[in-house]
Amino acid sequence: MNDHTLRSKYSLFLGCTIPARGRNYEMSARRAAEKLDISFEDLDGFMCCGFPVRSSDSHAADVLAAFNLALAEQAGTNVCVLCSSCGAQLMEASHGLKENPERLSRVNESLGRVGLEYRGGVKVRHLARILLEEIGTGPIADACTKKLEGLKVAVHYGCHYVKPSELHEDFDNVEDPSSIEKLVSLTGASYLDYEGKKLCCGGPALPVDESAALAVAGRKIGAVSEAGADVLCLVCPFCAVMYDGNQKTIMERQGLDREIPVLYLTQLLGISMGFDRKELGLNLNVVKAKDVLGRWF
Amino acid sequence: MEWMDLGASDQAFISTLAARPETSLVWACFTCRTCTVSCPVTVVNPLFDPVKIIRKAAYGLKGAVLESRELWLCTGCYACQERCPQKVPITDFMTLLKTIAFAEGHAPPGVRLQRDTVVKGGGRIYPIDDFDNKKRLKAGLPELPVSCEAAAILFPGDPAADRPEPETSERKHS
Repeated sequence: MNDHTLRSKYSLFLGCTIPARGRNYEMSARRAAEKLDISFEDLDGFMCCGFPVRSSDSHAADVLAAFNLALAEQAGTNVCVLCSSCGAQLMEASHGLKENPERLSRVNESLGRVGLEYRGGVKVRHLARILLEEIGTGPIADACTKKLEGLKVAVHYGCHYVKPSELHEDFDNVEDPSSIEKLVSLTGASYLDYEGKKLCCGGPALPVDESAALAVAGRKIGAVSEAGADVLCLVCPFCAVMYDGNQKTIMERQGLDREIPVLYLTQLLGISMGFDRKELGLNLNVVKAKDVLGRWF
Repeated sequence: MEWMDLGASDQAFISTLAARPETSLVWACFTCRTCTVSCPVTVVNPLFDPVKIIRKAAYGLKGAVLESRELWLCTGCYACQERCPQKVPITDFMTLLKTIAFAEGHAPPGVRLQRDTVVKGGGRIYPIDDFDNKKRLKAGLPELPVSCEAAAILFPGDPAADRPEPETSERKHS
């Protein structure tokens, strides 16, 4: 699987949340990818994926998604996402526009105003899926030289990383996902099960009802803590906003007393690959992981 | 206990829904409540219950569905859709209901703001400025454009700007 010629060329789609609130994700993702010889194209014109307007303005959501896909198509690349919601949105558009010529022509009418046309041939993949399917566990395990033995990791899959299943071609099992845990185990860390592993972070409800959204996130922080995990590991920047950015508020509201550091999968891989704290943006994580990670730095 | 007033059924609303692919299997719902027990929101706020929204919509109770605040608590997580034994695309149907509610002026202010920020504000939900780029360069990340002309061209004379304001941001729970 480590034959470079078999690999697709990807442009890196950052979306909105990562540049604003997830620089640590981007830094660690780029470093881990580089270590594994994945090179990304950076396209200047990318806009919002359309996900945040999907429930309000479906045409605008379609136009935004198709605009980004058309830019990638023009550059001759597929799209790699780090944000699971960007991924689901772009995938939905990529499938939906292919299947519905009328929808595609409506969208292309708008894109024509900026001299673009989307033909429908762009593949959208989350970085974690690319790691498993195109790089393979062998080369990743080899690159993870510092083994994080003794670290207990609880994985949060989030929703749009695997759902809806038909868009994701069932690459992981929605009811019993394992792809991220497979990657975590390559670092030498162990993973553990906990109640509510598959549940949503509550993020999309945040602009509507903050207390409900934080209550959803809080149930997971409580369950992860109870299971005895050292860290919570995830693959989506908005899930991190909920669990890392809002953890202090959640703990106050729920009367929890044990902080759970929240790490991106790429930060965990990066530590094991030997990058230092700052290279992985660990100083930008809100809940500090120094105590649990100190042994490896 | 909540009563449904079937006298308020709106045939035109049922027809609007029936014309959409997201609705095709909604009539197959046999109220098993797998969606309800799978929902991460219902467990923290029982006022939000997917099966109730689906049944109200199927009965054409337009106001009860479109004007309810609870509709917007759906996070779009697909837990229900993945498990529905009747294969109702529940999440997609919820999204359809939200877009109709939005068009009729019933969206919460946060959702309206989100849409306006992206569509009228330059194609990003969090705009990038020079300060962001300074931090990016320091972190070894490539600079990002601070403005996007394409958004204004793609969404000219944005019709949503003329859409009615919601009655009040303090809408009461039904």
